[in-house]
Amino acid sequence: MTVRRVLREIAPIVVGAAFFVLAWKAVVVIGDWKPFVLPAPETVAARFVRAWTEGTMTPHAATTLTEIALGFVAGAGSAVIVGYALARSHLAERVFSPYIVAAQSTPVLALAPLFVLWFGSGLLSKVIMCAIIVFFPVAVATMVGIRQVSGDLLEMGRAFRASRRQLLLGIEIPGALPSIFGGLRVGVTLAVIGAVIAEWSGADRGLGLLVILAQGSLFDIPLEFAALATIALLGVALYLVVVVLERRLVGDRG
Amino acid sequence: MEEGERPRSRARWVARTDRRRAPKQGLGASGLTTLKTTSTTDRHDQPVAPTLTGAIQRPVDRAPDAAAPAIRLTDVSYAYRTSGGSRPAVTGITLTVKPGEFIALVGANGSGKSTLLRLVDGLLSPDTGSVELDDQVVAGPDPRVGLVFQEPRLLPWRSVLDNVAFPLELAGWARLPREVRAREMLDLAGLHGVDDARPHELSGGMRQRASLARALAPAPAVLLLDEPFSALDALTRERLNVQLQQIWTATGTTVVLVTHDVAEAVFLADRVAVLTGRPGRLSGEVPIQLSRPRVLDRLDAAAVSSAASGIRELLAGDAERSR
Repeated sequence: MTVRRVLREIAPIVVGAAFFVLAWKAVVVIGDWKPFVLPAPETVAARFVRAWTEGTMTPHAATTLTEIALGFVAGAGSAVIVGYALARSHLAERVFSPYIVAAQSTPVLALAPLFVLWFGSGLLSKVIMCAIIVFFPVAVATMVGIRQVSGDLLEMGRAFRASRRQLLLGIEIPGALPSIFGGLRVGVTLAVIGAVIAEWSGADRGLGLLVILAQGSLFDIPLEFAALATIALLGVALYLVVVVLERRLVGDRG
Repeated sequence: MEEGERPRSRARWVARTDRRRAPKQGLGASGLTTLKTTSTTDRHDQPVAPTLTGAIQRPVDRAPDAAAPAIRLTDVSYAYRTSGGSRPAVTGITLTVKPGEFIALVGANGSGKSTLLRLVDGLLSPDTGSVELDDQVVAGPDPRVGLVFQEPRLLPWRSVLDNVAFPLELAGWARLPREVRAREMLDLAGLHGVDDARPHELSGGMRQRASLARALAPAPAVLLLDEPFSALDALTRERLNVQLQQIWTATGTTVVLVTHDVAEAVFLADRVAVLTGRPGRLSGEVPIQLSRPRVLDRLDAAAVSSAASGIRELLAGDAERSR
């Protein structure tokens, strides 16, 4: 029974992946693409394995992961606080929402060089970039989620003499949690993009830098693909972490 | 600011200072004895009403003439603030409820029944007049009062047990005692074996039982019921009403039941107050002289029908006036 369930859950993923790899291979073979334009999947896979076993990939991946983790936590944390203020204070919404929307509409790609100028080419400029890119979806999701918390439940809490803090932690935050996690799901994938873009504007280490190096001075296109694959896998893994956290915290609410 | 009532509920802070007056719960004692002792405050006890069957044992009042009503509303008016001004909900309500009494408020939709309950609970503060519990002015949600809403209003992310324990958690009870207490209340409300279930897994009737158990958990001296069973099917409602009578008998709390069901009011209450008009005012009271415990198919038919027709007359007078 459980074996069958595992099959039902896993099989589509495996089949989908196989289909993707076969299609990729077919394009390479039919189009007769050279390995330095579009390497075949097995070429990339071999380069991927070699890059990891030789230790080329590890420091870059570790750096990018650190940037994403710190930026995500900082950005999402402040976004939840600001989102709450936007939901509950008309004044805060009037004052801050224009800037938040304007900041979101400004392409981060254009800001990245400025951040390197201001905060250096080290960790800080990447963390700030990630935080900013994560901020908007999480803040909006929090605002919407808090506003959707049932007034009936809040009245129930007040009737049982809940303090402001108890209303916040006992009813508002748990009530808004499904929506907040919606924002976190979007935010975590954006954080990956933020880190890579920030690295393009100047970095001494990171997967984004590796992509540029592999395409440019190293001219190792399979390595570039391997780095891109690592970035994608990192994004998927982080997304899954958020989903698992969501399952545990939000639980079954019917 | 969705509803006009929000700003004035700041009175909660005032109520905080009343906490020391909150009844002390004896943890070792069973739920029933706990409720019994807390439902009677030191001085203001009244002898058992003669219509009751004597299931409630109260200490004999030392000064019967000085007995304070459990609830006293004096010329209470309240209007909701709306964007276009104010919408009066109730006006000139004067009503007293004796300790341990079961009173029903009957009225059409919009006659301010629910508003009146929220005024007694302290969720709303009256514009004029005063609301007192045991001779003390109500200044915010009061620990002596338990409220059951029309909807269960359970927290969907909590188990049934944790929902019932919620008010105790807010009051700072430790986990173990509050779970013990919550289990007792679930038992009292007739909910068994669903401690760990989530609210959405329960039927409507079971959810409302859980909501009742939650209101009873802090051992309130006064239980306010806002059309608690109106969303349930007739059979379930009947069964819950019978059980509500038993719970009331066992706990000895003062009960105010808001309902638009005349039969339900007659079956349960010692006295029915009729609320009519917009804004609502009290148009009269009908005492219900039926012996207790009341059994559905063994009620004195003559007494029931005369009480019911009395209530309907009061309600109908309103309909005529508004025509």
